[in-house]
Amino acid sequence: MIRILSPVLIGIAALAPLVLPTYFVSVATQILIFAVLAMAVDLLAGFTGRTPLCHGAIFGTSAYVTIYAASVVGWPIGLAMLTGILAATCLAMVFGLLAVRTSGVYFLLLTLALGLIVWGVCLRWTEITGGENGLRAQLREDLGLSTRQLYVAVLVTVLCATAAMWRLVRSPFGLTMRGIKEGEGRMASLGYDVTLHLLIAFTASGFFAGVAGALYAVFNDFASPSIVQLSSSVQGLLMAIVGGVGTLFGGFVGAFVIIAMEQTVSAFTERWPTVLGLTFILMMIFAPEGVVGKARLLLKR
Amino acid sequence: MFEAPVLSLSNITVAFGALKAVHDVSLKLRLGERRAVLGPNGAGKTTLFNAITGSTRASSGRVVFEGVDMTRMSPQRRAHLGVARTFQITNLFAELSVLENMRLAARGLSWRKFSLMGRDRLSHTEAAQVEAALAASHLVGREATVVREMSYGEQRQLEVAMALVGTPRMLLLDEPAAGLSPAERTHVAAIIRNLPRNLTVVLIEHDMDLALGLVDSVTVMQNGRVIVEAAPDEIRNHPLVQEVYLGKPHGVGEAEQEGRANAHTV
Repeated sequence: MIRILSPVLIGIAALAPLVLPTYFVSVATQILIFAVLAMAVDLLAGFTGRTPLCHGAIFGTSAYVTIYAASVVGWPIGLAMLTGILAATCLAMVFGLLAVRTSGVYFLLLTLALGLIVWGVCLRWTEITGGENGLRAQLREDLGLSTRQLYVAVLVTVLCATAAMWRLVRSPFGLTMRGIKEGEGRMASLGYDVTLHLLIAFTASGFFAGVAGALYAVFNDFASPSIVQLSSSVQGLLMAIVGGVGTLFGGFVGAFVIIAMEQTVSAFTERWPTVLGLTFILMMIFAPEGVVGKARLLLKR
Repeated sequence: MFEAPVLSLSNITVAFGALKAVHDVSLKLRLGERRAVLGPNGAGKTTLFNAITGSTRASSGRVVFEGVDMTRMSPQRRAHLGVARTFQITNLFAELSVLENMRLAARGLSWRKFSLMGRDRLSHTEAAQVEAALAASHLVGREATVVREMSYGEQRQLEVAMALVGTPRMLLLDEPAAGLSPAERTHVAAIIRNLPRNLTVVLIEHDMDLALGLVDSVTVMQNGRVIVEAAPDEIRNHPLVQEVYLGKPHGVGEAEQEGRANAHTV
């Protein structure tokens, strides 16, 4: 199924900027970036069974660091992005060290609290982060990329990141993650160090959230506390859930559905969060396995 | 006969608060010995298993396996030393296929489990081990089946197959035949009987007939203590064992109450 569908979808995605107006190309870029964030969340939520609420903070840290390194320190943009990704990965490792011994609702709450700390730091450490005003840059201008060119650059990066995540979940380590989700006690008696594997998974997930954050920095040219706050983490998780937890590619569907809806609904009403909430409730009742999960079930029949 | 024991438990006590689920148990197993641990519910059999495999740490006493003191080791360290177990309550990866379950079991002791970008295939030796373990557990041809969709009997067989695949040096079977039909029981008994003779096996079993036909020696526990250690043919007519299983004429209620008090620890 994936073998047939993915070349077609990649083809469509590659040709899209030729036909779409600039505004929609920009929306599509955003969808691609958030798909990576959603897939990073899915690595943990869908494959290890640990649902994180701190990925917005990890994503945002990468964006902040990228913008700071490029515009304040003056590093080349590529190096700045790598630094952002590195910062996100290190942050994820620290978060992982603190969180992976817990599970269920405790994991959820602990990661939520860790995310809030990052938000607090971004808000209060004014001389570095600009506080509520955030950090501004002209990374896209410096790179000399048009909206369409940026889209292509983001698409290539996102495809590479997706391939890496696909490889990861299909690797021996990926099977280990699923084993941990299904039965931690058994894993230990088979000789697995569950804590260590979860830490690796958390760090890898943080790395990919960092990739999304660095791309977002270039795309948005602006980092403010709103990207590291809780709602950003929730949004990443919602996209993973709407697409289908444990499906990986559901991240694209989830990001598409939520961002497309946000764009459409916002044109008519200011009550976008209400609509989002309602959609989520309906989703949980009628298709808790998400769009891709539901499609898989229907195809199996 | 006087070779060093494979497993040596000395004065093991496992306490949960004031309750001593296992109380001062000492035990020695020879290489290749098959030992049954019998006893009523709440006797501390599974807790003793947990103390051996590391799921629960002993409050006091020592667990020595092949000369290595593993009293304080984590379950995964003990698995690396060659201790494998099955679980009383089926503990499989329900949403994964039989082969994926076996892959996880086969890779638990190898560095390949850390491969983040490699292909999810077994090495030749691992594949051979998996095949052998599936054959020994009568599961050949079921590789692609999702565990959730298998019968309970087959799931019990898979429990044994997963414990066998890492070529363990000691295997602990926690009620492998619990909840099975008589036909399935004979099946499981045959699987256990045909295990390699150099593998040391400890078996918890409720069904005395089944257990006595499979082992070289028997330990009977009650209220956390070992009350009898004897050969299988001495067990059935042993007065203490009869007392435990049939109750003494005047103390039945008392024994039952104690059994119930301990039940949640098992």
